[in-house]
Amino acid sequence: MAYYLLKRLIATIPVMLVVAVFIFLLLRLTPGDPAAMIAGDFASEAQVAEIREKLGLNDPLLVQFGIWIGNIFQGDLGESFFFKKQVTDLIMARIEPTLSLSVVTIILTVSIAVPMGVVAAYRQGTWLDRTVMAFSVLGFSIPVFVIGFAFIYIFSLELKWLPVQGYQRLSEGVGGWLKHLILPSLALSVIFVAFIARMTRTSVLEVLGEDYIRTARAKGQTETKVLVRHALRNAAVPIVTVIGFAFAILIGGVVVTESVFNIPGLGLLTVDAVLNRDFPTIQAVVLLFSMIYVLINLIIDLSYTVLDPRIRY
Amino acid sequence: MFNVKRRRVLAGVATSLALVLGTQGLGTAAQAETNLKVVPHSGLKILDPIWTTAYITRNHGYMIYDTLFAMDMDGNVHPQMVDSVERSADGLTVTITLRDGMTWHDGAPVTATDTVASIKRWGGKDAMGQKMMSFVDDLSAADDKTMVFKLNAPTGLVELALAKPSSNVPFMMPARIAATPGDEQIAEYIGSGPFMFNNEEWEPGVKVVYDKFDAYVPRDEPTNGFAGAKVAKVDRVTWTPNRDIQQAINALNAGEIDIIESTPPDLLPLVEEGGEAYTQSPNLSGLQYTFRFNVLHPPFDNPKIRQALLYAFNQEDFLEATIGDPNYFQVCKAMFICGLPFETDAHMDGLLESNFAKAKELLAEAGYDGTPVVLMHSTNVPVLTNLAPVAKDLMEAIGLNVDMQSMDWSTLVARRSKKDAPADGGWNAFLTAWDAGDLFNPLAMAFLNASCDKALFGWPCDEQIEKLRDDFARATSFDEQKAIVEALQARWVEYPTHIHLGQWNTPSTLRNNVTGYLSAGVPVFWNVEKN
Repeated sequence: MAYYLLKRLIATIPVMLVVAVFIFLLLRLTPGDPAAMIAGDFASEAQVAEIREKLGLNDPLLVQFGIWIGNIFQGDLGESFFFKKQVTDLIMARIEPTLSLSVVTIILTVSIAVPMGVVAAYRQGTWLDRTVMAFSVLGFSIPVFVIGFAFIYIFSLELKWLPVQGYQRLSEGVGGWLKHLILPSLALSVIFVAFIARMTRTSVLEVLGEDYIRTARAKGQTETKVLVRHALRNAAVPIVTVIGFAFAILIGGVVVTESVFNIPGLGLLTVDAVLNRDFPTIQAVVLLFSMIYVLINLIIDLSYTVLDPRIRY
Repeated sequence: MFNVKRRRVLAGVATSLALVLGTQGLGTAAQAETNLKVVPHSGLKILDPIWTTAYITRNHGYMIYDTLFAMDMDGNVHPQMVDSVERSADGLTVTITLRDGMTWHDGAPVTATDTVASIKRWGGKDAMGQKMMSFVDDLSAADDKTMVFKLNAPTGLVELALAKPSSNVPFMMPARIAATPGDEQIAEYIGSGPFMFNNEEWEPGVKVVYDKFDAYVPRDEPTNGFAGAKVAKVDRVTWTPNRDIQQAINALNAGEIDIIESTPPDLLPLVEEGGEAYTQSPNLSGLQYTFRFNVLHPPFDNPKIRQALLYAFNQEDFLEATIGDPNYFQVCKAMFICGLPFETDAHMDGLLESNFAKAKELLAEAGYDGTPVVLMHSTNVPVLTNLAPVAKDLMEAIGLNVDMQSMDWSTLVARRSKKDAPADGGWNAFLTAWDAGDLFNPLAMAFLNASCDKALFGWPCDEQIEKLRDDFARATSFDEQKAIVEALQARWVEYPTHIHLGQWNTPSTLRNNVTGYLSAGVPVFWNVEKN
């Protein structure tokens, strides 16, 4: 197991290097000049050239890459062209809203989707099953921003229960933090609930036909125990895989939700950085997202050994 | 047993949630200070208003810095940090005395040494500042309160340039900060304005907090534009940008924010429906749309073909396509902005009226050979997006061959600085908008600079325009300046550097309990009360 873990961790290094080279070259080949964006509309050519020189953008690409990658190995992700702040600090400031949104969304998703899927499988073919499946199709079909605006209209503008937009840091109070997260998390969770409920239903359905379920029932186990201890646990591997991917997608891809609810997370930081060609920030955020994907994949793989004792690395 | 435990757990969770959500209200009630919550037009990223010309940084500058002179709503210049100005009989020495009682946000007194250093830093960066400094042989502090300008020729530019309302605004900073080289950003944000920058709470691009500067001593005169008393009437101002203005309006109607700096006219019905807010423009003169030529390459290297567009274009089409609501745009043939002192429509008869016959005649005279016009089309700035398609239609109507290339604003900004031929990655034309404060005279108007390689992208090159701009700088009376402006407009018709396509503004939206918002020319938050 330890050897497997070490092997997987070492394997991440070439993956990250490929990502680093790719994103570095992609940004340099994309049209746009951060110096011109920084200088503003009135700046003369000399002013723009001065800024370009200061930012090191006139150096050969190989030199720029060497400096950047060398700094990364020393734990320095560089300084944002625009904010004059360390990219690490910017990411740290923006990671809390994104992580909060992702964690609350995943908690909501799992607590709704898994029971829904299990019940749908247990009551296969009944109105309950059909309702869950209909919700699944609906959840997939409605874009998240439409759900977001609908929730805002109902819960914020009409009922005035929850704030329309914004984010409050956890350090400023759990109440405000949660209040600002409920609507965006609910809006985001709809599509994941739809997906995970469907996946849970399919997995549990497969397991419910197995001999050991019949044996468990024959031994006099209650239906709840049969479903939770025997069916769900054995159906857990694909469900956990999907939940893991959902979490990774949430961390790297909640731009629309962050925009609709004005949550200053990593998604909005990335969009701003791309529009302004803030190379150090884009590079760092993309590397971070890649690392999160790799690590979540690793955690998912390791979780299989817990869920299914037959799996050994 | 299992059920009892589960009920207890559920009850516990419910109670905790209720307590947790309940504390939010208590937290809000405990805040006694008045906090004006503003949605600015973008996130504040750069804090040095001399280092960048970005409007959001200029607006930040107005929050924390003060200026020596300031313009009122009619464009007249008044002393602001200044007590008195004396000019020698030969006009070559200008002595400026600072007013009493001014301190920096760190408590140190404002001295002439500080203001001299600030003028020098600004004068090294800003185009109008550079022009003013070209008249200055020596600028020094005679004592703590007195600055002396020794000029090499008489000019009316000193007060006019130091009252420049838009980027780069000559903001005053302590000498140690103003000593920062112009090619480096300042690292301390200390001014002497009515609000202080709260460095602790600044979240780049997300939130900026300004606290009231209690030691600020306002002028005695009534507030008028940027001039007169600047009285902070709220304890703090918080800027939190929101890229989705529809959502910002929802938040405003729900009472979560107080002011939206810029509201697109098509969303104003939402404000009216909400009934919680009203609109007011921070800038009555607004902005001006502009079509910029690149004179380095055919076909626009030929002034006659550029003139053809003066006849082909009309302002209504551009304004209708972008702003839509006539309450928020104004057709204005005056280059130097309708409503400001140098407004004149001299020599503009028959122009900007889509006279296609005349335009075609000029194209024929110029011998236009079908050379394609590479028109850059910016797609991600909503107020600019519809301009290029309108320009394309009007140009094609007179027989120009237009190759409109769509791109995001960052790409356009990078490409417009390229002097290469359009076929090799260069360009022929693009459209943008300028704040009226950037266009109020021939020296401020950057697109009128026709100094060839030293001019802004597009690089117009015309000795007569440059001579007239220099004459303007040397003029010492308004009448003299106005006559030069008219002569400039006449020369511009013969040698168009750009085409102005009408004025427009997007109003601010304010909750009904917010009063005193000024139409200064830039969104400013002194004088604003929140009841």
